[in-house]
Amino acid sequence: MQINTPFFKQRAHDALADENLQKALGNLKAGFPEKRAIAVDRMPEFEQLRNQGRDLKNHILEHLDLYLEQFESKVIENGGQVHWARTAEDANKIILDLCKQVDAKTVTKGKSMVTEEIGLNDYLEANGVQPVETDLGEYILQLREDHPSHIIAPAIHLNLEDVSEAFHEHHKRPKSDDPAVLMQEAREVLRDKFVAADVGITGANFCVAETGSTIIVTNEGNGDLTQTLPKTHIVVTSIEKVVPTLEDMTLFLRLLARSATGQEFTVYNTLSTGPRREGDQDGPENFHVVLVDNGRSEMVGSEFQDMLRCIRCSACMNHCPVYGAVGGHSYGWVYPGPMGSVLTPQMIGIEKGGMLPNASTFCGKCESVCPVKIPLPKLMRHWREDEFQKHLQPKAARYGLAGWAFMAKRPVLYKPYTRMASWFMKRLAGKKGRIKKLPLAGGWTDWRDMPAPQGTTFMTAWKEQQKNGEQS
Amino acid sequence: MPNTPSGPRVGLFVTCLADMFRPSVAFATVKLLEQAGCTVEVPERQTCCGQPAFNSGDRKTTADIARQTIDAFDGYEYVVGPSGSCIGMLHYYPEVFEPSDSYYQRALDLKSRSFEVTSFLFDVIGADALQEQLKLLQFNHKVTYHDSCSGLRQLGIKQQPRELLQQVQGVELEEMEEAETCCGFGGTFCVKYPEISNRMVSNKTDNISNTGAHTLLGGDLGCLLNMAGKLKREGKAVEARHVVEILAGMADIPAIGEADYDLAQQL
Ligand code: SF4
Repeated sequence: MQINTPFFKQRAHDALADENLQKALGNLKAGFPEKRAIAVDRMPEFEQLRNQGRDLKNHILEHLDLYLEQFESKVIENGGQVHWARTAEDANKIILDLCKQVDAKTVTKGKSMVTEEIGLNDYLEANGVQPVETDLGEYILQLREDHPSHIIAPAIHLNLEDVSEAFHEHHKRPKSDDPAVLMQEAREVLRDKFVAADVGITGANFCVAETGSTIIVTNEGNGDLTQTLPKTHIVVTSIEKVVPTLEDMTLFLRLLARSATGQEFTVYNTLSTGPRREGDQDGPENFHVVLVDNGRSEMVGSEFQDMLRCIRCSACMNHCPVYGAVGGHSYGWVYPGPMGSVLTPQMIGIEKGGMLPNASTFCGKCESVCPVKIPLPKLMRHWREDEFQKHLQPKAARYGLAGWAFMAKRPVLYKPYTRMASWFMKRLAGKKGRIKKLPLAGGWTDWRDMPAPQGTTFMTAWKEQQKNGEQS
Repeated sequence: MPNTPSGPRVGLFVTCLADMFRPSVAFATVKLLEQAGCTVEVPERQTCCGQPAFNSGDRKTTADIARQTIDAFDGYEYVVGPSGSCIGMLHYYPEVFEPSDSYYQRALDLKSRSFEVTSFLFDVIGADALQEQLKLLQFNHKVTYHDSCSGLRQLGIKQQPRELLQQVQGVELEEMEEAETCCGFGGTFCVKYPEISNRMVSNKTDNISNTGAHTLLGGDLGCLLNMAGKLKREGKAVEARHVVEILAGMADIPAIGEADYDLAQQL
């Protein structure tokens, strides 16, 4: 997927002007956070669960190699295969190879952010294999040659009209604006694709070390068809998804559903444990797991390790006022919102991704809703430190900061400096009590007035008062 | 009516914005602390909490300023300031030093004795301490309260300013939608991303005016300057004040960004 992150500001500008998008974002803001709040209220032990989730993830990350090896040997025991992919390119090659082995023409896909991350669809297409997205949201995006703007509601930026338009163009059927009709239409079209597919590719929400199982959670059921109908099932997932036991998995499932959509549990929780066995009614003949690293092992032991706790619930973006204003596409790559602002620079480099950790007020709402308590603002601050050390911030910002720091470190200079600034702004304001245009702060006064200072600094006034007090 | 101080010796953390824009907020803080029986001093060596450096990733400057602040407030029983954000920054100081650094322990110590003003009055001094004074005050208006992010999430400030306010006669508190959502100020954020910041503050001013409140109150001048400036630009008839101005009985001075006012001449 193309990296548009350096254009964050321009894309945000466009997003703010896009009325349809703003409407969709408004719905999102009112929807998920409210449902989450209700679900959390209904569960008094939620806070305790978050601590357990955080601690368990930390434990897993300390022993990641052990659990991954255990997972691998269990998958093999069950008759499946595990493939290790260090980079996105490695992962794509492995998957293409597996497709070629069964002479695949088309593959059906369940929703998977990792395959977005590695750019799998483009790669397969370029090599003669046709991928078909089967998650309704992803399917719509594929028809429109678009990309997800949210990690659990990929087409949240679209409205009904966009969908109706896309279906009409591709399905050649009469137009409809009834969601039920559109849904049925998608079902019928996809049914043939399910039957025809040679390979099914899904992601995995978790990989269970004790059983060698992978699990996907969906609300549509398309994932089940993707992984049971074709002869070959390929699970593409990343290394930090491993959990020790089935019971540990259920802890995360509870946290995930509540944090994401406010559900007690997701509708479909489908486990895959190896290929079809003798006597099984259905299931694939071949079962492969591709474990993608793509920069993650570098995060282990680094100041960004906490980010690997992420279970991709989307709560942070659902609650983020910046995401709520500009939407997921503004972030310019696969992962949006606060979690993306930490992950993206890790994967595409801080040189290209630096806009994102800066696009935060550090309001802390993301951290307060994260089910595994990832300190997202702190991690974004780490990126800013990295930027600062590499002198990547714009010159004006760096010089401004240096000038301010020079004063702030010298109390004797700082006082006359604040007095002067206060005096100057007071003069600019005149009788109104506010400034309509402040030089060098156009960003502020383009949109709002700058309230005027009261005419002297506190430090000056206080000193004066103390002196007078002593005299009287 | 300054009491004869018998209570703790408090160092006032002035905060840059109160110092430069609205000294009345710092004066109100002094007044409240004195009413609560504290002896208030203003250490001269203080400048800024260092937040601009911390959030820009400049660790060295942050540590330099942290040392300066720790030294300036050495020996005070408490350090109190009229901003959850700046006091919250003081609470980050232990993070900027290695545990082996001699300032690390001192940073922890500063953290344990520094408080945002409403939380200090309510949690440390106690809800009753100011009851007598607050009961004498009158502010016959519908008000709404914005919960600033650092105060709320870092320091747990939510009911303290509200409880204190409710003791003032005539105050009618009408909560706005999304009172806990960021106003888009965010220090340098509003300069780096003014357009996004503007959208956030517009949502805020809509929620504010939907309450029909006469006055917007808050505990952080940064957010208040942002929202007051937007309310003015939109021509909305809501005045904005720092909550301590009401609690200290200083509601007669012009609200933030209202009429011209020369504090220098009043003193
Ligand atoms: S960072 Fe936390 S809140 Fe955000 S998606 Fe990951 S787990 Fe969910």
